[in-house]
Amino acid sequence: MLTDATTVVRPTSVDEVSQVLRAAHRDGRTVLAAGGRTKLDWAPPASVDVLIDTTGLDRIVEHTAGDLVAIAEAGVRLTSLQDQLASAGQWLALDPPEQGATLGGIVSANASGPRRLRFGTVRDLLIGVTVVLADGTVAHAGGKVVKNVAGYDLGKLYTGAHGTLGVVVSTTWRLHPVAPARRVVVLDLPDALAAGPLAVAIARSTLTPTAVELHATTGGNGSLVVVFEAIEASVHAQADAAVTLLGGGRQLDELPALFGERPGSTEDLILRLAFAPASLTAVLAALPDGTEVTASACTGVLYAALPASSAAALDALRAAIAPYDGSAVVLNAPAGLSLDHWGPVGDSLELMRRVKDRFDPERRLAPGRFVGGI
Amino acid sequence: MSTAVLAARLREAIGAERVLTDRAQLRTYECDGLANFRVTPGVVVLAESREHVVDAVRLCAEAGVPFVARGSGTGLSGGALPVSDGVVIVLSRLRSLGPVDADNLRVVVEPGVINLWVTRDAAPHDLAYAPDPSSQQVCSIGGNVAENAGGAHCLKYGFTVNHVMGAEVVLPDGSVVHLGGTAPEHPGYDLLGAFIGSEGTLGIATSLTLRLVRVPETVQTMLVGFTSVEDAAATVSDVIAAGILPAAIEMMDALAIEAAEAAVRCGYPAGAVAVLVIELDGPQVEVAAQFAEVEGIALAQHAFEIRIAQDAAERALMWKGRKSAFAAVGRISPAYFVQDGVIPRTRLPEVLAEITRMSDAVGLRVANVFHAGDGNLHPLVLFDDAVEGQAHDAEELAGSILELCISSGGSITGEHGVGMEKRLKMAKQFTPSDLDTMQLVRCAFDPDGIANPGKVFPTPRLCGERPGPKTGVHAVQAAGLGEVF
Repeated sequence: MLTDATTVVRPTSVDEVSQVLRAAHRDGRTVLAAGGRTKLDWAPPASVDVLIDTTGLDRIVEHTAGDLVAIAEAGVRLTSLQDQLASAGQWLALDPPEQGATLGGIVSANASGPRRLRFGTVRDLLIGVTVVLADGTVAHAGGKVVKNVAGYDLGKLYTGAHGTLGVVVSTTWRLHPVAPARRVVVLDLPDALAAGPLAVAIARSTLTPTAVELHATTGGNGSLVVVFEAIEASVHAQADAAVTLLGGGRQLDELPALFGERPGSTEDLILRLAFAPASLTAVLAALPDGTEVTASACTGVLYAALPASSAAALDALRAAIAPYDGSAVVLNAPAGLSLDHWGPVGDSLELMRRVKDRFDPERRLAPGRFVGGI
Repeated sequence: MSTAVLAARLREAIGAERVLTDRAQLRTYECDGLANFRVTPGVVVLAESREHVVDAVRLCAEAGVPFVARGSGTGLSGGALPVSDGVVIVLSRLRSLGPVDADNLRVVVEPGVINLWVTRDAAPHDLAYAPDPSSQQVCSIGGNVAENAGGAHCLKYGFTVNHVMGAEVVLPDGSVVHLGGTAPEHPGYDLLGAFIGSEGTLGIATSLTLRLVRVPETVQTMLVGFTSVEDAAATVSDVIAAGILPAAIEMMDALAIEAAEAAVRCGYPAGAVAVLVIELDGPQVEVAAQFAEVEGIALAQHAFEIRIAQDAAERALMWKGRKSAFAAVGRISPAYFVQDGVIPRTRLPEVLAEITRMSDAVGLRVANVFHAGDGNLHPLVLFDDAVEGQAHDAEELAGSILELCISSGGSITGEHGVGMEKRLKMAKQFTPSDLDTMQLVRCAFDPDGIANPGKVFPTPRLCGERPGPKTGVHAVQAAGLGEVF
C-alpha cells in the first residue's frame, strides 16, 4: 500500500491537515491517514499518494475531571491519554488489543476490547469529533457534553469508516471512574462449547462484570474469564456469586496473562466475528476444529486465528454464521492472499455508496479500503 | 401534483379508510407537544403496515410532496409539525411487539409501540428497556428513535441510540434498507447511528431491534432537601467526584417543587429550596455501600432532610413529583415554555445563578427541573398569555437561556430535539461548515428533501452541488429560494 511514490507528511495542527487535504484535492491525489499504524493491514488500499501521519496531532486539549470529559487530538496514543486521566482516577473505557494505537485510529477502525461488555464501544463513548473532509473543510459534530441531540451525530458515521469519509483530527470522550478493586473468576472448560450457555446465564443474571472473555481452541478446551471491577465489597461478593452460578472456578486478584489479546500472528488469517450474543455455541461450532479464539462471550464478538489455507473456506464460514446475524471481517491476511475483507453488507450498501459519494465524490480518501470497494 | 390527486392515489394504494382529507380530521394532526406551532397538513395517512408506509412514501416521492412521520405526537420541539399541503404518515397503528428474545437481550418492535410497553413485556424475563423519557406512558418507540430520546436514567444507561441495535427504514424514495441488526456490529458505515436522532429527516423506521437490560438486583432511591441550590449542585459534583455513577440524579428548584406539590401532592420536604432525587441500582452490596456514601456527601453539603424510599410505592411517589413537573407548572402559571438545554455539569451553580439574574431582569419566573447528573436543564419559563407582550418576553428569555448553554460549552438540546423550534439556534452552536457536513448525510438519504423538510437545519438546502469553494450564483439562490449546497 505504501510505495516509494507515497509522500508521508506529519502535520502538527488541524490547519495543517486541512492544507494537506486541500492540496491533495487540488492535485487529485489519494490520501490515507495513519496514527500508530497498528491496523494498516486491515483491508489496506492498493496504494495511496499521500500518507498523513497523525502522530504530530499529539495534544491532550482538555480534561475536566468534574465533567468526566476529555478532549484529545487524533494522534494522542490511548496509553498516553490513560496515563493522564489516571491521575484523576478516571479512564477512557476502551481497551482494544492493538498496542500503541492512537485515538484517531481507534475511532476510524472502531477498535474495542473486553470491556465492551460494560462500557460499549467507540459509538457509546465518543461525544464529539472534528474531521477534515476531502476538500480540506474542517467540520465538527457533537460537543463536549454527554447528553446532546443537536444535529446529526456524525461521530457515529466516522466511527469505523476507516478514513473513507474524512480524516479524524480531534476527539471528545465521555470518561468513567477507575474502579477501586478487581476480582477475576477463571473457569477451565474441558469443552469450549460449554461457554455458550454459561455466557447466557451470566448475561441474564444480576451480576455486573466488566468483561467476560473466552480463550479457547475449537473442538478442544478453553477458559472463561469473568472480571469484576467495582468497590472491594462488591467484587468479592460478585466473584463468590459467579463461582456458584458457574458451578466452579478459581478467584484471582489480577487479570490472567493474555487477557484481551487477539490470537494469531501475521502468518495467520485473523478474523473478527460479530453475531447475536446468545449464538456463541453455534459460532464456535461453525469454525474449523483447532481454531484458536478469543471471544467477548456475552457480547457476540469473537476473534479467530485460522491457517492461511482456510481462506478458501471464508465464504462458507460467513454463510454458516449468517443465520445468527453473523459477519466475519478480516483483520489480517497473510501476504499474497487476495480476499474479500468485509463480506456481505446487505441491502444498505447502495446507501453507503451514496454517503461516500457526498463526502468524497472523487474517491480520494483511502480508496478501495472499505466495504464494497468504497 | 395537486393534493387531491395524491390523496386519490393514496386511497387506491392503501384504502380509503386510512387516508384522511377532511379538514376537521386533519386538524387533529396540526401540532405535536409543542402547541405554539400549528400547520394543517394536506393529507393524513394512518398506516397499519410496513407496506402502507412504503406505498405512502413512494407516492409522495413520485408526486414530489413532502411527508412528516408522526408517532404519539408528544415531541416538544415541533419535530412532527406538518408541512402545509404535505402528508403526515401516522405510525401509531404499527404496534406489533416481540416476542422478547431473552437470551439475546433483544426485542423487535414496530414504531407505534409505546415505550413503557416494552419494559412491561420484558419484565417477566427480569429484563427492561432502559430509555425512560418522562412521557414513557404515551410516547412511541418510533418517536424516541427520531429524537434519540433520553430520560432520567440515561446518566448511567445512555440514550436511545445506545439501545437500538437495528432498524428497518423506508428511505425517502420508498426503498427499504436494513441497518444494524441483532449482532453488536456490522461491516460498513454506522448508518443506524446517523439515523437515530435525525428527527424524521432521513426516512421512516418501520421496525426496530431494541437491546434489553437485566433488571438490577436492587434499586435504592433517596429524596434530599436543601436550603440552597448551590448545596444541591455541590452534592451532585461531589457524588460524581467520588467515582459513583448513580442510575439518576434529578434536581428541582423551589418553584418546580411548589408546582409538583400543587399537582400531585408528592410530599417533598417542606421549605426546600432545592431537592435531589438520587437513585442507585446494581448489586446489593455495592448499592448499600455507595448509598451510605451519598448520604454522607449530602449531609456534608448541608442537606436538611434525607428521605429513603422503603418500598416501590414510596419510590414511585418520589418519581411522580419529578416526572409530572412539566404539566404541574400549569397549576401555578397560566402558560409556560418548556426549555431543554445542556451544560457541563461543573458549570451548574454559575449557570443557575445567571438564569436567576436573567429571570429577575425580565420579570418572569423560571422553574428549574433537570437531569443534574448529566447537566441537562429543563427551565420552565412561566408567563401569562393574557398579558400583552409576555409570551414574546418569555420566548426571548427561553432563547437567551439556550445561548447561555452554548456559551457555557453545552448544547441547545439534550433530549427534546431541534425540530422546528430550535433550528435557527443550530447556527449558533455549529459553524456553516459543520451544518453543511450534516447536510451531506441528508443529501445521501434524501436528495429531494421531502422527508420532514424545514426541521433541524436553519436554512433550506439543495443537494445538487458539492460543497467547497463556490463559483457563480445558483439560479435558486439568486431567486432567494434557498442556499446552494
